[in-house]
Order: sequence, then structure tokens, then C-alpha cells
Amino acid sequence: MNPTSSSNCLSPAAAILRHAVLLVTGALTLVPFVWMLSLSIKAPGEIFRASFSFWPAQFYGVENYTKALTKAPLLRYMGNGLIVCALVLALQIIVCAPCAYALAKLRFHGRDLLFGMVLISLLLPYQVLSLPLFILGYQIGILDTYAALVFPYVVSPFGIFLFRQFFKTIPDDVVHAARLDGLSELAIVWRIMVPMALPAIIAFSIFSVVSHWNDLFWPLIAVRSENMMPPPLGIMAFRNEEAGNDYGPLMAAATLVVLPLIIAFIVAQKWFVEGLTGGAVK
Amino acid sequence: MSEPPAPSAVSNKASRIAGLRTSSAILSGRTRTLTEALAAWTLAGPAVFFLLVLFLLPVISVFVIALTDWQFGAGTLSFVGLANFRAIFADAGFRASLIDTVLYVLIVVPATVVLGLLIALLIECGKSCRSFYRAIHFLPFMATLTAMAIAWEALLHPTIGLVNQILSAIGLPTANWLRDEYTALPVLAVIGVWQNLGYAMVLFLAGLKSIPQDLYDAANVDGADFWFDRLRIVTLPMLGPVSMFVVIVVALRAFQAFDTIQILTRGGPGHASEVLLYTLYRESFEYLRAGYGAAVAVVFLAIVMTLTLVQVRVMDNKVHYQ
Repeated sequence: MNPTSSSNCLSPAAAILRHAVLLVTGALTLVPFVWMLSLSIKAPGEIFRASFSFWPAQFYGVENYTKALTKAPLLRYMGNGLIVCALVLALQIIVCAPCAYALAKLRFHGRDLLFGMVLISLLLPYQVLSLPLFILGYQIGILDTYAALVFPYVVSPFGIFLFRQFFKTIPDDVVHAARLDGLSELAIVWRIMVPMALPAIIAFSIFSVVSHWNDLFWPLIAVRSENMMPPPLGIMAFRNEEAGNDYGPLMAAATLVVLPLIIAFIVAQKWFVEGLTGGAVK
Repeated sequence: MSEPPAPSAVSNKASRIAGLRTSSAILSGRTRTLTEALAAWTLAGPAVFFLLVLFLLPVISVFVIALTDWQFGAGTLSFVGLANFRAIFADAGFRASLIDTVLYVLIVVPATVVLGLLIALLIECGKSCRSFYRAIHFLPFMATLTAMAIAWEALLHPTIGLVNQILSAIGLPTANWLRDEYTALPVLAVIGVWQNLGYAMVLFLAGLKSIPQDLYDAANVDGADFWFDRLRIVTLPMLGPVSMFVVIVVALRAFQAFDTIQILTRGGPGHASEVLLYTLYRESFEYLRAGYGAAVAVVFLAIVMTLTLVQVRVMDNKVHYQ
């Protein structure tokens, strides 16, 4: 467990040094967050008077956050983000779990071909596909709607891959017993496999929600009108309108966009690390 | 009528099971395979459909579009062979974009991997505050990059930004970081390192956990009791495969940098910070040159696929190794 110190503990001096270095790197990592938070509660005059102090001389947080919520439809952006993430995640699980079950537990002609399809799709960076997907969205007339934001992600090759790996660890006897109980194959997926694979489902959900809440590339292509924008696109539009002059409200908006994931991360750190680095298999 | 009492339900089930057993015995092997195949394709059907429509057909069409002179909105198109590829490689803007991307990756990958490894080693060598340090360093990786890019812009602001304030306070020269052709790309790379550091760290932490304690004990017996010896003899060699893996996944992420460029520099000043993905976006969706954009996409795909295949080989080797 202790790669550089083997069985015995660090000497007091080494332990202090460890904390010192990690506190410095940690503080540097946090600087952008702290600066964002600090500017979000400062008055315009104080921002342009350039000072080092974190805490403002005059607390202007209420004004900045009110302005962020009223001058731009920030709540609408966040609502859009929530709707899109929820739709994407629900559809991904509905589409991927049965397919993963078939790949993990059923024997059929073409299974290797299907798994090959999943692996090839897994390798494709989604930005490369944006051009044909944009044309597809245009042809079926759904650009600038929620459907446009959701449809490229209806199936997740990573989801199929991850669920398949997890389903394979569930003993076949469980499946046989369920069949003897008269459960249909679909019922086995939803009532046996998915509940048993809950850790994989949670890890995948975090991966999916974080990537789609944070995504800028596809929304930039798929939607134009302000009331369809998810948070990253919305805050970009807000900044362009303000032309970077009204820092207080802009930083307040940025803080509000980042906040939901940070709170969730603090609450469920272990799950987040697992979900987001499980993506490294990709 | 009320529910039947439990015992009869059990006997019901038993007779059903017996029925199933006889019927399955009657079913020939071939029919059973057929029903299983039918069930499998029904379950996988929606996924198969969407994989075809959203992944495989689009990737084929990218290659086809790259061979045409098509522009968005144009009613006609004609096949021009490899003209688009000749055009992009003759285009000074695209070559600049390719060079910028490589430079960006060459800064981000070594810095991220080395710093990630150092922080992982430091966290793992003590017992206290491990998850606290891990959380802090991991935070940028999951924070919305678009919003954080705006925070970075405020930090780097030429007059009121914290960076220039500190530099001028200690008497160092300041710069207009994002508008200067010499600093724009390195500054974007610093943001890239800041964002991916925690990711590399977490992957290294997992690698460190999987090193068996016996190896350290054996090294101790062999007289390697200075921490640096243990690091050199056991830790670093054992992290070899993980390090290779981290290098590739960080490189993949670096090649896909987009958000910070779109928010902070838009590829400028000039072409100083233009990266491949930004070129792809701008050519396809701002200039609407679909054929040209598709050719850029093919080049981008070739790079990413090569890296991914190297990664698969590395993963395979790791599996054989264990």
C-alpha cells in the first residue's frame, strides 16, 4: 500500500514536506475557482481597481447573482442541461442494457460481428461524426430542438461495453433460475441484470451526465436559439453579449454553471472518480 | 377471489417448471438456438439500428463527403477525388493548425504525466488526507470547461487579471497572454495541463495500488531501504505499463482540445493557437465548406485512431504481462 515508504511511516519532516507540496499544488489548482468566486461577489468598480484580496470591500454578490439570473436566461440554460442529460441517460440505459445482456449472456449467430460494431464505434471520436449527424438532423428537421441535442447520444458504445463487462461477471445460474421462474428475456434484463449491475449503472450515469452537461462542441452545431441552449453554450452567449466587460455577473453565471457538478462531486467523490476514469477504457 | 395461498403457488410453479423442462427437452437443439438468436437480435435491435445510423454510416459518409466539393446549401456536388486532401495540405492555415496541435500535445502530455505521477506518489506515500488531496486535484477535470475558461480569461486579463498583478508586483514583465502570438498556445496548454492533471493522477493512484506489497518487502530484504531506491527499483518499473496508458489517454484528450480555444482565442492571433478540432469546426460549420471540413475530419480521425490502436496494443501487452 505504501510504495515509497514501505511498511514504516514517513518521518515527521518528510510528512510535513508531503503536506507542504500537496497544499501548494492543491492551492494552485484551486486558483481559477477561487478567483471566479471572488470576482462574482465584487462590485464592478472594485474589480477594475485590481486588488489581490479575495473578500470584497463591498459585498456585491446579491447584485451580481441577480443580474446573472435575470439578464441571461441562466435558469433556462440549466433546465435545458438537466432535460438533455436526463433524456440522454435514460435513452442510453434503455438502448444499451438489453444489447449488453444479449452480448454477455446469449449465444447467437453474429454476436462477434455485433461486438465488433460496438468496438469500432467506441474508437470513433464523436467530433468526426458531427458533419453527417448535422446533415441527418437537418434532413429530419429537428435542428434547434431538444431532439437535436439528444439524438447523437441515444446509443453509447461505451455503455454497451461497460454493461457487457459487468453482466459477464453475473453467474449464468442466475439467468437460468430467472428463466425457470418464467421471466422473459426482457424482464431478466430489467429485473435481474440491471439491479445487480447497479455499480456499473451508477458509474456510467456519472460519466454520461458529466460529459453531456459539460459538452460545448455538439450544442454549438445543433442549436441556435437561446431558449434551447445548454449551460456551456448559454454561458458563452452571455459572455459574448457582455463583451467581457461586466465581470461580476459573468463570474456569477460561471459559478452557477459549475456548481451542480461540484456539489455532486463532493458528495460522491469515490463514485465520480470511478465513473470518470472508467471512461479510460475507451 | 383472493390470492391463492402460498403452498399452491409453489406447487403451481413446480408444475410449470416441470412443464418447461419437458417442453425444452422436446425442443430440438436447433429450435432452441433459433429462439435464443431471435431473442438476442430483438434485444439488441434498437442498439444495432442506432449504431448503424449514428456511428457507422456517418463515418462512411465523412469519407465520401471528403471526396466531393460539396458546400452546405449547394444543390449540386461532384466528386473531386483527393483534391480536398491536396488542398488542406497546401493550405498554410491547415499546416499551422497541424503544427499547433502537435505543439499543444507535446506540452500538455509530458507536463500532465510527470506532474500527475509526482502528485500521485506524494499522495500515496503518506496516510493522512489522501481523499482530500485527491479531490482537490481532480476538481478541474469534471468542472465545466467552458465556464472555467471564462474564469481563466479573468485571471489572464492584461490589466485586472491576477496573473499580471502578481507579476508586476514582484517586478516581472507582464503580457497580454491570450492576444500575443508567442504566449497564446503555451497558455492554452497550461490550462490543458491544469484540467487533465487530476485525471493522470487518479490513473496513477490506481496503478500504485496494484503494486504488490511483497515487492517492497523483497526490495527491503535486498537492502533497498532508502525511499529513492524503492522508487527506482520497484515503483517506477512496475508503473511502466500504466504510464504508457496514461500517456496515450492524455494525448487523446489533448488532441481533442476545443472548448478553451473556442472561448479564449478562436485560433488567434492569426493562426497562433488554431488546433485541428477548431479548424474542423470552423471550416465545416462557419465557412460551410463541407468537403474541406470532412477532409480535416479524416486527418483528425487518422491521428486519433492511430493513438487508440497503440493504446489497445499497450492494454493487450499489459494483460499478457500479468
